[in-house]
Amino acid sequence: MVLRTEPFILNMGPQHPSTHGVFRMRLTLDGEVVVDLEPVFGYLHRSMDKISETRTYQQIIPLTDRCLDYLASMSNNLSYVLAVEKLADIKVPERAEYLRVIMAEMMRISSHLMAVGFMLNDMGAFFTPLMYMFREREKLLDLFEMVSGQRLNYNYMRIGGVSQDVPEEFLPALKRFVQEMPHFIDEYDQLLAENEILLARSKGVGVLPADLAVNSSASGPVLRASGVKWDIRRGDPYSIYDRFAFDIPTGTAGDVYDRYRVRIQEMRESVRILEQAIAQLPGGLHRARVPYLLRPPVGEVYGRIEAPRGELGFYLVSDGSIAPYRLHVRGPSFLNLTALRDMVVGWKVADVVVILGSIDIVMGEVDR
Amino acid sequence: MPFNRYGAGIARGMLMTLKHVFRQPITTQYPEWRLNNSKRIRGFELVWVPVKCTGCTTCAKACPQGNIEIVTSRGEDNSYAVDKFEVDIGRCKSCGLCVESCPFEALFMSRNYELAQYQRRKLVQGKEEVRMSDKKQPSAYCKPWLEASMPAQSLLVNGERRGR
Repeated sequence: MVLRTEPFILNMGPQHPSTHGVFRMRLTLDGEVVVDLEPVFGYLHRSMDKISETRTYQQIIPLTDRCLDYLASMSNNLSYVLAVEKLADIKVPERAEYLRVIMAEMMRISSHLMAVGFMLNDMGAFFTPLMYMFREREKLLDLFEMVSGQRLNYNYMRIGGVSQDVPEEFLPALKRFVQEMPHFIDEYDQLLAENEILLARSKGVGVLPADLAVNSSASGPVLRASGVKWDIRRGDPYSIYDRFAFDIPTGTAGDVYDRYRVRIQEMRESVRILEQAIAQLPGGLHRARVPYLLRPPVGEVYGRIEAPRGELGFYLVSDGSIAPYRLHVRGPSFLNLTALRDMVVGWKVADVVVILGSIDIVMGEVDR
Repeated sequence: MPFNRYGAGIARGMLMTLKHVFRQPITTQYPEWRLNNSKRIRGFELVWVPVKCTGCTTCAKACPQGNIEIVTSRGEDNSYAVDKFEVDIGRCKSCGLCVESCPFEALFMSRNYELAQYQRRKLVQGKEEVRMSDKKQPSAYCKPWLEASMPAQSLLVNGERRGR
């Protein structure tokens, strides 16, 4: 006999601590089981697309730092400048390309540390693993501060290169970090990978089948955890990613645990890319000569990269003036939310928190 | 979910946590102990050198916020005299584009980061407040020749996180 109760509507958010920002979920519950979910967002809308139409191409770079995924500013910078360079057909010096790859991969490690830490936090491993991961992230933030002067809003990439060359003490410090980082990832594994409570909370929970993941245009670790081997660094190489050897970790089940594993594996792969990039880093200019008030030819372009959370794309339309006619951002967090309802229905309220944590949304990117 | 040896994974995790009891702390007690910032730190205000400034307003044009206000008049020997140089640091987001665009080494980012005020209007800095002084030292952001004279940044990756 199945007992059913009257549908009960529960509001989670926008001030709920588990929603990673100002995100609201309207849950319809049958007892404790979720019957329906309606995501509600827009509380953090700052209208980046529209503001960009009044700024020059260079003045948009600081906007991408803070109006998008603020935990991965370098990736946002990179995606935007790649789109503009594609539009204006600008050639970037070799050293700048390598510096960009180094920064993007450092950013990926830093962002995944936060993602995994907060996800474990949602599962009940309260703040201990998160604090261990913050320690490693702090090392990366030190390095970012060294090259760009700030710890969160870097504003480091420029159209045609990077704003400044790295200081001489940067590379030894980064080498040291790259050497010790695998050891710390092993520590995280020892801490939680075989923890029975974590396995019980995450294995088989919130399954996203591969076909549904593709159809709901999920990307990044969420897509790869479902077993789809798709990474833009491989599938549609940008910058100089075709020169590095790295694997694309994929999951099999597409559950919460696989998303956690994929992120941990991706950190290892990023360390591998960093090792190769440091070894190959050439000398030379860090920035091409680009006019300060850039006027790209009339046309439109879509530039995309594999940001830590998935495919981050910038769609730019130029009318030949100093400001873009239209700028549109494809935010990975936003599109990964599309699949949230299918993952959550049938699970209990406590699992909703875990499943949302495993998607790793940043509300700055969802609302823009 | 069946496990063959329930508790082994938890024990391994606890062992890891136990190891951390014997690790050195990496936090610093902030107001008493201070770390060295980056040489290129973008502090929350600008440092202006009036002698070098020609009043060309390149910085004002580079600012995404339109936050720098410069009024010039014709001075002696036909050069610009800067009558007004006003920055509202409450609106500044320290992106550094103005410093990067300055062609005459007249504008720097500051090294100060503790600039809380009780009133908003005190955040508006006029000619006298933006000027370089003993309390306002420039950082090496986009001015690499200043880097040599600055103390090295304390890096956690090198273990330099003890308080001084």
